[in-house]
Formats: sequence, C-alpha cells, structure tokens
Amino acid sequence: MRDKLYSFVGKYPIWVILVCITLMVFAGAGAQKLVFKNDYRVFFGEENPQLTAFESMQKIYNKTDNVAFIVIPKDGNVFTAKHLESIKGLTKASWQVPFSTRVDSITNFQHTFAEYDDMIVEDLVMKTDNLSATDLEKIKQVALSEPLLLNKIIAKGGHVSVVNVTVQLPGIDPLTETPQVAESVRAIKAKYLAENPDNQVMLSGMIMMNTSFTESALSDNATLIPLMFLVVIVTIGLLLRTITGTVATVLIIIMSIVTTMGLAGWLGFYLTGPSASAPTMILTLAVADCIHILTSMFYEMRQGADKRTAIARSIKINFQPIFLTSITTAIGFLSMNFSDSPPFRDLGNLVAIGVMLAFVFSVTIFPALLTVLPVNVKAKQENKKDSMAKLADFVIDNRKLLLIFTSVFILLSASFIPKNELNDDFVKYFDKSVPYRAATDYMQDNLSGMMAVEISVKTGKASGINSPSYLHAVSDFSDWLRDRPETDHVNTITDTLKRLNKNMHGDDPNWYKLPDSQELSAQYLLLYEMSLPYGLDLNNQLNVDKSSSRIVATFKNMTSNQLINIESEMRKWFKENAPQYEVDFASPSLMFAHIGKRNITSMLVGTTLALVLISILLGFALKSVKFGFISLLPNLIPAAIAFGLWGLYSGQVGLGLSVVIGMTLGIVVDDTVHFLSKYIHAKRDKNASTYEAVHYAFDNVGRALWITTFVLVAGFSVLAQSTFRMNAEMGLLTALTIFVALVVDFLFLPPLLMALDKKKKKQRESLKNGEVEPSTSVS
Amino acid sequence: MLNKKLVLATVSSLLLSVTSASVYALTAEEQKGLDISVESKKKDEGWKDSSADMLMILKNKQGQESIREIKIKSLEIKNDGDKSLTIFNKPRDVKGTAFLSFSHPIEADEQWLFLPALKRVKRISSRNKSGPFMGSEFAFEDLSSFEVEKYTYKYLGDETVNGEVSFKVEQYPVDENSGYTRRVVWIDHSEYRVQKVEFYDRKDSLLKTLTFSDYKQYLDKHWRADIQHMVNHQNGKSTELKWSNYQFKTGLKDSDFNRNSLKRAR
Repeated sequence: MRDKLYSFVGKYPIWVILVCITLMVFAGAGAQKLVFKNDYRVFFGEENPQLTAFESMQKIYNKTDNVAFIVIPKDGNVFTAKHLESIKGLTKASWQVPFSTRVDSITNFQHTFAEYDDMIVEDLVMKTDNLSATDLEKIKQVALSEPLLLNKIIAKGGHVSVVNVTVQLPGIDPLTETPQVAESVRAIKAKYLAENPDNQVMLSGMIMMNTSFTESALSDNATLIPLMFLVVIVTIGLLLRTITGTVATVLIIIMSIVTTMGLAGWLGFYLTGPSASAPTMILTLAVADCIHILTSMFYEMRQGADKRTAIARSIKINFQPIFLTSITTAIGFLSMNFSDSPPFRDLGNLVAIGVMLAFVFSVTIFPALLTVLPVNVKAKQENKKDSMAKLADFVIDNRKLLLIFTSVFILLSASFIPKNELNDDFVKYFDKSVPYRAATDYMQDNLSGMMAVEISVKTGKASGINSPSYLHAVSDFSDWLRDRPETDHVNTITDTLKRLNKNMHGDDPNWYKLPDSQELSAQYLLLYEMSLPYGLDLNNQLNVDKSSSRIVATFKNMTSNQLINIESEMRKWFKENAPQYEVDFASPSLMFAHIGKRNITSMLVGTTLALVLISILLGFALKSVKFGFISLLPNLIPAAIAFGLWGLYSGQVGLGLSVVIGMTLGIVVDDTVHFLSKYIHAKRDKNASTYEAVHYAFDNVGRALWITTFVLVAGFSVLAQSTFRMNAEMGLLTALTIFVALVVDFLFLPPLLMALDKKKKKQRESLKNGEVEPSTSVS
Repeated sequence: MLNKKLVLATVSSLLLSVTSASVYALTAEEQKGLDISVESKKKDEGWKDSSADMLMILKNKQGQESIREIKIKSLEIKNDGDKSLTIFNKPRDVKGTAFLSFSHPIEADEQWLFLPALKRVKRISSRNKSGPFMGSEFAFEDLSSFEVEKYTYKYLGDETVNGEVSFKVEQYPVDENSGYTRRVVWIDHSEYRVQKVEFYDRKDSLLKTLTFSDYKQYLDKHWRADIQHMVNHQNGKSTELKWSNYQFKTGLKDSDFNRNSLKRAR
C-alpha cells in the first residue's frame, strides 16, 4: 500500500498537487465563518454548577457586566471643583454607552440627609460652578465615610475614583455587542483625556476583560505565527540545507492550518483565547512529519539513490512511524475532550484534525512537490553524526552513573510537584503589557479588585427582607466579612437602611442602626425607592418581591484555594448563625476558582484513557508487551519532571496547565516510538546486543529526534511569548516537557534498557573492542 | 364660577402655545404635535376630582409575580399639575403609608410622605421622578399627570394601533432630570385617548413599551383604561396595572390634599 501510494504520487504529482490544493481551497472557505467569542463565560460548560448558580442569580438581580473608568487626577486629589466637574461630565457621557443600564460615580451618588423634618435626596455633587472649600470638604467627608462608595468608587486616600458603568448585553448578536461597548468607552476615554489632560484614565471591568480575550488572541496571531514561520524556515534551512524542502514544508504547514481552520468554520466551531492558539500548535506539529521524510530522503540521495527512488524509499520507511506518531499525538490532544472547559475541547479537536491533515499532506502533496521541484543534495554532514555516536558511547560507558543520577534527578524534581497550587485568577490570564491587566492591577492596589463573590440570602417569603431578624443576620454577616483582612468592600442593603434610619431621625448618628420593625424598614425602602433616579434603583440588591437580597463582597487578590476556603467559611457562618435562610454563592471569580479543580479531575480521566490507548498502540507497533510497559516510563516522566520544575519556578497551576499532561503525552510518545522501534529492530532483525542496539538507535534517529525536538521546543516557546498568559504558560510548560522528554530518551531510557535487558551480556566486551560497526542503513 | 375658570385656563394655555409658537417658529409637524396634545388634554378637562384603586402586578423574566395594591385620589388643578394622594395597601408592611404630591409641569414636585411606623409626615425633597415606582417598570414620571408644558412635540404621521387610527407624536421631555430622551405616543383620532407609548432611554434606545386597553368612559366624557401594560425590553421584566372603582366628582376638596390629611388618609 505504501509503495502503491508513492507510485501513484510519483506518476501524477501535478494531479496530486491540484487535488490537495482544491481540497484546501474548499475547506478553507469555511474560515470566513470563524468568529471570535468574546465572553469569559465560554470557559464554562453548560452544566457547570458555578455557571448555573451565577446565571440564576443574574436572572433574579440585575446583571453585573461592567466597565470601570478609573480616573486618576495627576494632582492626587479628586475633591477639587475642576475634577468633580469633569467626573460629572464623564458620568453623563457614560449614560451614552450602548446597553448601559446604570452608572455609579462619586458625583451621582444619591446622598440622603435631613433638614428639620425634610428628607433630602440628591446627587452628592449637584452644581460645580461655585463650590467653596467647605462644600468640597463636606463632599469628601460624605464620600469617604459612605460604605457603598469607599474602596469601590473612591479610594481611601481620595486620589482615585471610579465611574462604574453597568451594561446589560441583550445577547442577540454577542459578537458585536462587546466590541460596540468597548469602542464607545474608548471614545469617551479619549474625549475625556483631551478635555482633561491633567488626568489619567484606565479601563477595567468584565467588558474590558472580554474584549482583551479577542484582542490578545488577534495580536498573538499577528506576531506569533509569522515568528513561528521564521523559526521553521531558519531551522530547516540551516539544519537540512535545502531550499526546496523548506518551501515544501512551509506549504504543507500552511495547507494544514488553512484546511483545519476552514473545516472548523464549516463545523461551526468558534474561536476563544485557547482555541485561537491551534494554528501555532498545528504549525509546530506539522513540521515533524516533513523533517522525518526529508531526513530519510536526503540520506538515500547521499547514498547515491536518484530523487524519485529516494522519495519512494523515504515514504516507505516513514509511513508507519509518522502515521503512528500522528495518531498518538492526535489521541493526546483528543484527551482534552474530557476537559470541563469547552475552549480546550475545541483546541484539542482542532489540533487533532490539524495533525492528521498534516500527516495526509506529508505523504501526498509533500512527495509530489519534492518530485516536481528541483532538489540538490549537498555534502554529507558527517560531523553531526559523529556527535550522536559520541553521545551514544558516552551513555553506554556511563550507564550506571547516568541511571542513578537521572533517577535521583527525576525523583527530586517530582518531589516538587506538591509545591504547585491550583490558581485561576482571570485577571492574571493576561500579561502585564495588556492594558486591562494594568488597569485592574492598579484598581486592585488603590481601591478593590475584581475578586468578588455575590451572596444571595433568601427568605422565601414576600417582603421577608424587611424583618428585623433577617436584617440583623445580613448586617452581622457583613460586619463579620468586613473584619476579615482579605475583604476590601461589602455592598449590603443594611447600610442603606441604617443611613435612612439616621436621616429620618434628623441625621442623629445614634440612629445609625437597623430599623426595629418590619413596617419601618419596609416604609423606609418605599420612601427611598420613590426618590431614586433612573438606573440607580435597588433592583441590583433586592429581588422583585423583596424576599431575597444580594450582598456583594469584594476581596483582595488571592488564589483559587483561598477563595474556595472563604466560600466554605461563609457557608459555615450561615449554617451556624442563620440556618433558616437559603443562601447562594456565585460570581465569575468563584467560577474560575472551581474550574481548575474540576478540570484537573476530569482531565485525569482523559489523560489516563489516552495513556492506556497510546500504550496499547505502542505495544502493537513494537510487537512487545514488555516494551509497551517500559515505554510508560519515558512517556510519563517528562510531565512529572516538568511539573516539578514548574512547582519551583512558579507553582501556580490553572486551567491552561491542567491540560498539558494529556497534550504533551501524545508528543513525547513520538520520541519513545522512534527510539524504541530502532532499538528493537536492531535487536530482533540484526541480532544486535543491547549496547549495539542502543548505539544503533542513537545513530539512526538521534539526529531526527533532536531536530524535531528543537522545532517543537522553539514552536511552543514562541507560544510562550503570548500576551494571553493562559496560552503562554501552556506553551512554556509544553516546551519544557518536550525538552525533558528528549533528555529522558537520551540519558535515562538507554541506561534503563541496558539495566533491564541484560540477556546478551557477553556482547559488552566486543563493544569495548570497537567491533560494533555503526549501522548506516535505515531500517 | 368653575366654568369661567376653565375657559380662562383654556384660553391662557392656548395663548401660551401661540406665543411660544411665535417665539420659536414651530415647524408644521411640531405645531401639529402640540395641537394634538393640547386637544387631548382639553378633551379630558373638567373631571374635578377622582379616586381609583390600582392593582400592580410585577413580573420578572421567569414569570415570578409580585403584587402591590394602591388607592389614588386626585384633584384637578387648573394652570398647574394636579394634586394626588397615594395610599398604599399592599404589601402589608407598607399599609397605611400615604404619599401626597403637588405636581408641577416644570419645577420640582412638592412631596410629603406619612410613615405610619414612624408616625410622622416627612417632606421629601428630590427632583428624581425617573426611578422605578415601588420596584415596578413604571417610573414615577410615567404615572404623574400629563401636562402640555412637560414636553415639546413633533407629529410623525398616522398609524393604526389597537384597531384605532392614531396620531403618532414624538414628545421630548423638558425636565433635564427625566429618564428619557423621548417618548413616542399614539393618540387615537376618535377620542384622543393614548393607546400606546414607547419610551427611549438616555442613549435613545428603546427601553419600554406601554399599551393601554379596556378603555371605559365615565360621566359621558372621561376615558380611562382599565389596563396598562408596561414591558421593559432591556431587562425582560413587565408590570401590569389594573384599575378599578373609578369615581369622579366625589366632592374632594383642596383641604383633603394637605399635610394633615395624610395621617388620616385611607
């Protein structure tokens, strides 16, 4: 079959090229249908319990998608007539943001106070034209002592304030809605800065985060993919010294990517941060097939074969191994289907499709191209081969020491695995160079961040929230939260009621306490609600029949585990202090905090399954159960070492990294396949000793292995430059794993084989006498 | 005596519109829009006082309901906004709360509230009329009396709504604290009744639609809709108002609408 394949390709190369290109064009047309989903919710499957909880909470109260304008006056004081006036203007302009339903700022805060028997409700900053120093001091004092504002809208030092715009995306055309909002707020920001050059403005909030997902991926694709092509061209050009080979390889890569992304479009995939890295990964993985074919072909040509024969032989030799490695790589990526997070399932499927397409193209259009294009083979590169032989000698001579040393190193590295901690902080998904990240970090440092939990406390009874016992429970809970060192801000209806009670008693501070009857608090709320302007109502804190209220707690930056701990402590508080209420906890932060753990659990199943499948495949391919089992070690150790080193280097494992084991498994297996198959071939077919077989394996695939590893490491290191940290870390850890895999295959696997495979001990002497002729023919 | 006053009021309001027309030189559409609204207001004049019960049914996206019950007494005031007394019955914990409002076309309304739990009357100073009324989809400004001076107008054409050929008039609020940039109102040709209103928010996107149905005529003159249905297109919530026990000319006097009357209102 393999012979037939090339005899056909060799006979009709032009037709093969035309058919492949036609296929690419038709499939590629689907790429127009590919769209980018800019919503953090895509990271969660439909059945994700935290997402479900959050969505049901959003239905009861109002949505919390927002944009925060962080306004920083250069003179460090918000409370001047000039700055207040410009914030007032910004507040007004913010009402023009598409889909905005609410704007909160220091100027439109509904200030309530008493004057004799009058109750006054008005904007905290009304007119700015003749504010006296006393007025300004009064405004400052009100703002800084108001729990609703402090740390949320105004910084403690009074040097930064936030204008927070709540938007309610209709969700009719999700792809254009977020960019529309982002475009509008950026225009408002630009105009504001032009009119108020003595200010600095940064943009944060959920909408800006969603926008950054798209923008990060687009800028990545604009820089990383060309960079990667450059790496491929330089690597192949320098190492294999062939222009035709380089051109043909680049063409195969382009075709694999275009066809895959086109098919993705036809199949109704959408792009997300992680799945947008599919082209970079396919690019990297597709190179390996071509390198193997080129290496063998050039070897044959240097041995004197003519071009067509060389291509035919190369295809014959490589068909099975590259088919096998493509299948194992695809299986590794398909294991991502067990992920809890849809974008990673998409990434796995896209790369799996891409890898298989790359295989098809490298045994059809690739040889066809090589047949048609001129190929010149330069002088042999014997010196390189010598270095492999030297490495083989070194490994064989020092096998015992190496085995001990590498084993110790492996165990030592693996012992650092527990240093890794689960952490999915969605703010940190972005590099510090991304404006959203910088803005959010700044907001976190000066006011409060985006680490928030929404708590819905339900009575199940209409008007139930007005009961004094309920209000006391909510107030006590809020106080308990505020006393915790990690709490930045707590938004609760009880603060408003206390303030109203004070207002209704002539602003006597002694009355800053909860009303003592159901009727009183109900009537206060009725009064207050009637006096509020459009968009500043209580519907974000109370549900429609006032049976439940929502508390929003904002915390300092913390890890997923810490947040999960706080969540369980909050649950405990209600269990111990107010068990009569049903309490729901939800927020994007909580969703991300839980997804890491959920994903790792589900990926464990997927990875194990992939491991079993791949081991069975290897067992068949190597025709040996024993080697199937031995192969497990070099396949698993790289991930163990990589995660150990990661524990030392960073220690933060999130959604992106939880898929790395499954993903790299299929890739590192390739090295083992190539090495073991040559080793077994030498032992079985050439009756070589263990040492000879090791030497043979080094000589034959050592070079190809390190070239492909170099390309893979380079490719994933390029991905590591992504501004989207989830992809960057995934790239870095994958590159590390693949590199470690090569080291393991060169320094650990051979000594292990020599230790386990001791039957032909006698041969050792003959080796020392230099009688072993390095095998020159490829199996 | 009262009739004289009525004539005077009509003449003066017409004069007002004539003078404003000469100052701003209204376009034909603007003039027609104004005329329709003046006519609509005029056709309903002379009801003197009224009282009615209102049932408010709030629905959220999931269809969960919540009910409020209110009694509203109003006094017709010439040359100014009407006076109204709102008495809350349900939810039970606000029963007996009474709200007195002297509405004015341009200046801020005067408002007092009696809180039975506090046993005191409080004057409320707030220019805000755009917030939700009792958590519903109606803003306070949607419920207050219609005064010609509250808006400027533009006639857009004729359309059939609820089976009635209607004038389609755009209204632009004069009050800068209004929650709307404009309202589009359909007023039927036959009786000058409002059939439908669309509300556009501050960024001029459609916020709510209000439809009137089950119109009944009282005293052979005054048309009142039994049902007002408000749908908020942005948050998916809706509110239905069901009116009953409409009574007119019940003999309410100015003295029934002051601070002291609040405490005994029921």
